[in-house]
Parts: sequence; structure tokens; C-alpha cells
Amino acid sequence: MEKELRLMKGNEAIAEAAIRAGTDAYFGYPITPQSEVLEYLTAEKPHERTGMVVLQAESEVAAINMVYGGAGCGKKVMTSSSSPGVSLKQEGISYIAGAELPCLIVNVVRGGPGLGTIQPAQSDYFQATKGGGHGDYRLIVLAPSSVQEMADFVELAFDLAFKYRNPAMILSDGAIGQMMEKVWLKPQKERKKELPAWATTGKTPDRERNIITSLDLDSYKQEQFNIKLQEKYREIQEKEVRFETFQCDDAEYLLVAYGTSARVSQKAIQLAREEGIKAGLLRPITLFPFPSTEISEMANRIKGILSVEMSAGQMVEDVRLSVNGRVPVEHFGRMGGIIPTPEEVVENLKTKIIGE
Amino acid sequence: MADNISVKDIIKPENLVHKRSSVMTDNIMHYCPGCGHGTTHQILAEVIEEMGIQQETIGITPVGCSVLMYNYLDIDMQEAAHGRAPALATAIKRLLPEKYVFTYQGDGDLAAIGTAETIHSCNRGENILIIFINNGIYGMTGGQMAPTTLEGMKSSTTPYGRDVKLMGNPLKITDIVATLPGTYYVTRQSVHKPGNVRKTKKAIRKAFEYQKHNKGTCFIEVVSNCPSGWKMTPVESNKWMEENMFPFYPLGDFKVPEE
Ligand SMILES: Cc1ncc(C[n+]2csc(CCOP(=O)(O)OP(=O)(O)O)c2C)c(N)n1
Repeated sequence: MEKELRLMKGNEAIAEAAIRAGTDAYFGYPITPQSEVLEYLTAEKPHERTGMVVLQAESEVAAINMVYGGAGCGKKVMTSSSSPGVSLKQEGISYIAGAELPCLIVNVVRGGPGLGTIQPAQSDYFQATKGGGHGDYRLIVLAPSSVQEMADFVELAFDLAFKYRNPAMILSDGAIGQMMEKVWLKPQKERKKELPAWATTGKTPDRERNIITSLDLDSYKQEQFNIKLQEKYREIQEKEVRFETFQCDDAEYLLVAYGTSARVSQKAIQLAREEGIKAGLLRPITLFPFPSTEISEMANRIKGILSVEMSAGQMVEDVRLSVNGRVPVEHFGRMGGIIPTPEEVVENLKTKIIGE
Repeated sequence: MADNISVKDIIKPENLVHKRSSVMTDNIMHYCPGCGHGTTHQILAEVIEEMGIQQETIGITPVGCSVLMYNYLDIDMQEAAHGRAPALATAIKRLLPEKYVFTYQGDGDLAAIGTAETIHSCNRGENILIIFINNGIYGMTGGQMAPTTLEGMKSSTTPYGRDVKLMGNPLKITDIVATLPGTYYVTRQSVHKPGNVRKTKKAIRKAFEYQKHNKGTCFIEVVSNCPSGWKMTPVESNKWMEENMFPFYPLGDFKVPEE
């Protein structure tokens, strides 16, 4: 497979990019608005293309534990779901983080709580970036805002996951999962043959047995392990922050938004500037690690920040922590599956930040 | 012991009838005296040694008393979340189809919290071996009711005995599993007497042989005791098991391939 330009849904782009990235296995369970990932993969017969394993599991719980098993063998393994399904996966994700296994989890977020709605939302930010399951752990969280990024982040997520032996998540939403855009697909990569030294591949006489576990009943050792994990997260925070700015050079007001909200905000900035309001956008690409330092520096030059999210206000807490009270930080968002309009964003920037 | 044999004679290599398998580590087991887990570990290790498949075998430990099994078997192992071992095994076997993959699970793990994973991995006919230790109780957490706890049997959460009207009936999950087309070999054994130990060992060996030929899921239930959980001496617990567990969970084959 060569480099190729296609018109695809975000969910399909993830699936095709997964095959091309040399993913060894995908385990999933249907849920709207991400079912196309599993549907695309089963239709494409990746087993014939690359030998990739694709299996519809009996539940999200089973799927994430299949991911654990496959990742424990050192393979490139992934799953995808949407909010209620990702809630079910949380125990498994905590075990994966605790066993320090690399893998990719995709959440095409829909509105909640509960069964909520099948329409897009960004209300799983806390769950994705603060741990989600039990214990002190973090995921590496990437937030695509286009179909192109849905495709590109598959490989990036796997690279980061293997680099740090840590689960990575693509936190998308129903809009980006469902919409169709042009996407450049990378050429087919071979599935890797070399497996990491820590993987359970059968104990050979030249090494000790490999054990994949998150258990240590000795509290002192468990604390040491936790300290090691925290050092890893600090290193990720130092080295892996990714973000994008738009019209920030002369900006007096800053919008912070990711995913679908970032696209809306970009349009809002255009509208604001037409009215003479100098607004700019900072779009976090990594939600963990969060671009705190960059937002903090920006706060020295601007008058106020509006965090635009399709939630009741989750990322706004991280923006506020970054700014530490130096300038006003407010939240604007719609919930329940509603995408805000650019006009609403400008209106809220005026009322909540500029003070008109 | 015959009068004419001294301890010195017994430990002579030619007189030893039983040795520690080379697939067992030197670690001291944490199991209570008389518990069936240790014996089952030992025969599993012996089969792996005798078949020469130590390098090819990947095991999955459950959450339960045998969670630390990876300390005792000298093979690559993964520790699963409570009930999810068959999901791990599914992925491991599909990604490394040339390896031998087994799970080792208690009754709470396999027949309560992990029922869905058990049924569906067996129904898909995953080419794995599931070893199911049925001791009728939650050993690790201190003797609570298990799905397999007998009617009237006392546990820390059925202090007056299991009332089936309130708590439901003991679950014969092996009977269910045997009805699934994905299973190839289903049997129920025990490890409380030398003869039974030999039979169970044979069953494990057969299951690994079948796995070599991708025949489907092999499922071995081992009806076992829990002296601590049942609040009995090891000898009492074996007697109680024979008198109470075996009538409800009769030993024998459920599904044997025609050879
Ligand atoms: C999600 C979850 N729920 C509950 C527990 C607590 N727990 C640990 S072991 C166990 C029961 C184990 O019993 P069984 O599977 O019968 O194995 P045994 O200890 O008797 O060998 C429970 C409930 C847990 N670790 N994880």
C-alpha cells in the first residue's frame, strides 16, 4: 500500500491507519458513534493484508482485557469505544497502566452521563486525563481535530505508548468520528517482528521468566513503584507536550479548545477579528501532558482566557491551574451532544471575558 | 513405613518416587496446609516439563488465592484482573498461536465475575486450556459465598448456610461449558488422593496435546478443598469434600473427543 489520498470518516481513518501502522490486533465492541472502526476492520480483512488480528469481543470489559493480554506479549494492540464503553474499560486500563503495558485506546466521545446521547461531546476529559480508573496513573492523551489527525495519531500514540510503556488514548468525539474529510494515508508499514525483552513470549533458557502484573503486596515496594510511575509521568510532561496556536501573536484574548471545539473556535476568532477583537486560539494536541507552561506564558501577554469545551467545564480547571489567577479564565460550552456555534463563542467571549 | 527402611534410605535417589518439577521455582508457597492449589500447580509443572514445552507455555493467573502462581511456575505468565483471564488468553493465543496458553482460575473468578469471559471464550472455541479450581468458596478474601457454594453450606456471607431461595443455587458451570460447541474436552477431576492426582495430570497432558492440534477449548474442573475457608483440618476437609461436594459435583468426563 502506497501513500494515498482518500475521503473517509474519522472512524474509518483510524481503522485504515491502524492497519497501515502495522497494528497486531484490534479488539472492540460496537457502540455508536464509533462502530465504523470495527465494521471497517472486519470488512477490510486485515488478516489477509498484514496478519492483523481483529475480534469482536463479548463486551468492552473483555476487549480491554484482550488488549492487556496482547500488549503483555509485546504486540501493538488497540481497542476503540465510546463513552459508556470506555467507562467499562476503566478497571482494565488501570491494570494496563499498573503493569506498564503500551497500547492504544480510542474514545469517540458522546454525551453523558449514563446512556446519555449518541451525539458528540467532550465530557470525558476528566476521565481521560486524570486517571479514570483506580490508582495514581495517567494516560498519554491525544486530541485530534480532523480526520487527518485521527489517522496520524494512531502511529504517534503507539510510538509514545511503546517509548514510555504506558497506555495512550486518542480522545476524539462523535463529530470527528462521523464526519468525512480528505485524508492522506501513509504507506503500509510492516508489522514488527522483534518483541520487547519484557514480553511474555515463552521463557527461553537465556533469561528469567517474564511476568506481567500490577500486583505487589509489599507496601514499600508498591510505593517505590508508584514513585517510578510518577517520574515517568513527569518525563512525559517535560518532553511530550504538543499544541498548536492560531493568531496568537497579537492576541489580547485567548481561546483554549481541543477537537471539535477547536474547529468552532477557529471560526469564532475570524468573526471576532472582523469585529476588531484580537482573539487567538491555543489548541492542546496532548491533553496529558497538558500545555500548562505555554498557557502560563501566554497569560503574561493577554487579558483573559475562554476555555471552550463541549462539557460543563472540565479542561477549564487545567487552564486555571496553568494561569494561577493572573488573568480571568472562564468556560463556555454546550452539553448533551450540542456543538456550540462560532457566534455563541464570540458572544460568550464578550460577556464572560471582555465584559461588554 | 516398613521397619527395615530408614529415612536415609528413603532419600536415596533410587527410592524417591516424587520430585519437585524443574518447572517449579524454589519460592516457598503461601498456600495453607492441605490446600489443593499446590498439588495442582505441581502436576501442571510436571506436564509442562515432561512435554518439554516450558519455552512455549504462557500462563494466566487469576485474582484469588492463586494470584501469585507466577512465583511458583518457572514460565512466562500474566496476571489478569478478577475474572478476565480467558480474555487475556484469547488475545495471547491469537497473537502467538504456536504457544501453549492456559488460564488457572477459582470459582469466584471463573463462575461469578468472569462468567461472560468463560462462556464466550469457550463458545468461540479458543485454543486454550482453562483449569478451574472449584473449592466452593472465596478463599482469598476470607471465605465468602462462591457461585459454587453448596446449598446449606456455611461461609462468612452465608453464616446460617446458603439459602438457595435467597442466594440462588450453586452454579454447575462445567455442565454449561460442556454444552458449547467450542469446547473439545471437558472433565471434572480432583487432587485429594494419589489416584486422582494421576488422573488430573493425565487430563492436563491430554488438554495440551489437543491444544497442539487446535481442537478448541479444553476445560478441566478440579473439585478442591479449602481447609481454612471451610474451617476444617486438611483431613476433615477432604472427607467433607467426598461426602458433600462429590455428590453435587460428580467426578468424571463431560466431553471426550472420539479418538
Ligand atoms: C474487581 C474485583 N472485585 C473483587 C475483588 C476481591 N477478590 C479477590 S479474590 C476474590 C474471590 C476469589 O475467589 P475464587 O475465585 O473462588 O478463588 P480462591 O481464592 O478460592 O482460590 C475476590 C472477590 C477483586 N480483587 N477485584
